[in-house]
Amino acid sequence: MHFVAWQMLTGDRAKYLGLIFAIAFSTFLMSHQVSIFCGLMSRTASQIDDVRDASIWVMDAKTLYLDEVKALTDQDLYRIRGISGVEWAVPLFKGASRAKGPDGHFRAVILMGHDDSTLTGIPRRIVHGDITRLREPESIAIDQVGYEFFFPGQPYQLNRSLDLNDRTVRIVAIVDSNAPFVNLPVVYTRYTQALNFVGRERNQMSFVLAKAIPGLPEGELTGRIADRTGLKALTSSQFGWETIWYYMEHTGIPINFGITVIIALIVGTVVAGQTFYLFTIENLKQFGALKAIGVSDLRIVGMILMQALIVGAIGYGLGISMTAIFFETTQSNLDLRGFRLLPIVMQGTAATVFLIVFLASAFSVRRVIVLEPAVVFRG
Amino acid sequence: MLNNAIAVECSQIEKNFGSGGDAARVLRGINLTVPTGEMTFLVGPSGCGKTTLLSVIAGLLNPTAGELAVLGVPLHTLKPSRAVEFRRQNLGFVFQQFNLLPSLTAAENAAVPLLAAHWPRKKAVEKARELLDGLGLAERANAYPNQLSGGQQQRVAFARALIHEPRLIVCDEPTSALDQNTGHHVMELLRAIAVRPNRAVLVVTHDNRIFDFADRIAHMNDGLITDIETN
Repeated sequence: MHFVAWQMLTGDRAKYLGLIFAIAFSTFLMSHQVSIFCGLMSRTASQIDDVRDASIWVMDAKTLYLDEVKALTDQDLYRIRGISGVEWAVPLFKGASRAKGPDGHFRAVILMGHDDSTLTGIPRRIVHGDITRLREPESIAIDQVGYEFFFPGQPYQLNRSLDLNDRTVRIVAIVDSNAPFVNLPVVYTRYTQALNFVGRERNQMSFVLAKAIPGLPEGELTGRIADRTGLKALTSSQFGWETIWYYMEHTGIPINFGITVIIALIVGTVVAGQTFYLFTIENLKQFGALKAIGVSDLRIVGMILMQALIVGAIGYGLGISMTAIFFETTQSNLDLRGFRLLPIVMQGTAATVFLIVFLASAFSVRRVIVLEPAVVFRG
Repeated sequence: MLNNAIAVECSQIEKNFGSGGDAARVLRGINLTVPTGEMTFLVGPSGCGKTTLLSVIAGLLNPTAGELAVLGVPLHTLKPSRAVEFRRQNLGFVFQQFNLLPSLTAAENAAVPLLAAHWPRKKAVEKARELLDGLGLAERANAYPNQLSGGQQQRVAFARALIHEPRLIVCDEPTSALDQNTGHHVMELLRAIAVRPNRAVLVVTHDNRIFDFADRIAHMNDGLITDIETN
């Protein structure tokens, strides 16, 4: 009877396509919006992700998230270095500055200052240039977005100049970093140089990056640092999630995206459900005839579920393909970097579409189950 | 024990719709015997209970009271799943509006009872083609119902009712959707292909133009069999 179910489904092309497009559109909307949401949220912690060579972040005890910090003292750095289990600890500066290009265009930039001797925490994906040249005076590395802004449409070229707080600096490397939440250019330089660029204050060390000795669990070391210094010490992953949760709880982003996803869910369910229900109702007499002929309720339920699963699978395939194509075609856009279709989003959307299909077919199944086959004898 | 030559035996069959004082008594004590090898007509005015009786005999409705044996089986006492299986194996249906599936071809429609019995599709459709050939529809086997005339659709419905070689065929107003000539022709065809010594054909109709095709006519009125005549 699978053949009969398939023929019944595809026989009415308009409804068949309507069902598929309802589910495809719903799939696209859900997977696209959730992907953008995940991308945005991961951007909030992107500079934590960029630091690959240190796994522990130490900060003021009241720090809530990455972008709002109270500076630590140099003394804090030494105290951390003195804790057993710390293999090494280095300072990290994170601040803001203003950069001006040769044509006068200026823009706020995120300024990162990394340990002078080790350059710990600089993104390792170098697009052009040599990161070790940061040891030269007045040198910086800049991310691709920054380069594109200050030198639009121009090929990557080293030793070009920017004004950073009225100081002329040279670009010695262009790096591929994760996009920050606000998508500002990111400038990387040595720690001491960064302090010079922004002008000295009493305390300017944003974070201390540390590494545990081999064999010591990071969780144990963060506990030790917190106990001995009264500072907050988190693993990269913990700090990343803390930052993400801060944005989730203190901005309207999750609500806005959540509403869109719920609307997609409701529209998908209602449109697909209603179309599928109407499709079943219009075929009620045929189902009645099949029941009279001797097709069991179980097999008819199987037919309806098969029809629902087919439109669900095709609709999902189309919708998720549309999302994948969107992210594939926008991959080269630097402003949209970091937005991608995650496997977990694909799986979650598939589960949701399955729910839509289940709800859509549940009402139809009920109508057919309660249908008396004698209805076929009523002209 | 029922006689093998008796396909259907109804004894004091009653059927009410609703309950209590508002119940509509549609069948009020039907006694009817339908023998094999014959075509029995159930006739009467609209609303007399013909279709309800046909539904009870076909196992699509349960009687409120009385005894019913179809092919020797008390159909109304079977569990629903057994009743479905019984219908699939032993009954063929011809409906007033044909009830062909619009998205299946004539051959596929005729093959539905075999598909329901888990036959492979290719084999089932092949058998349906042979049957349609015998009904003069060989060239229309791949046509969809909306490409067929009323008479052709009814012939496809006959093929669907006969393909699994059931022992009881029930027909509900088989000519009501057809003009007189076509109706006459399909009844000739039905009589020729359906009536067999081990098979009974029960036809509900109020079309007196086709009464000549009946071996036995049971007249109904107001939920009762009022008269049985044989041709």
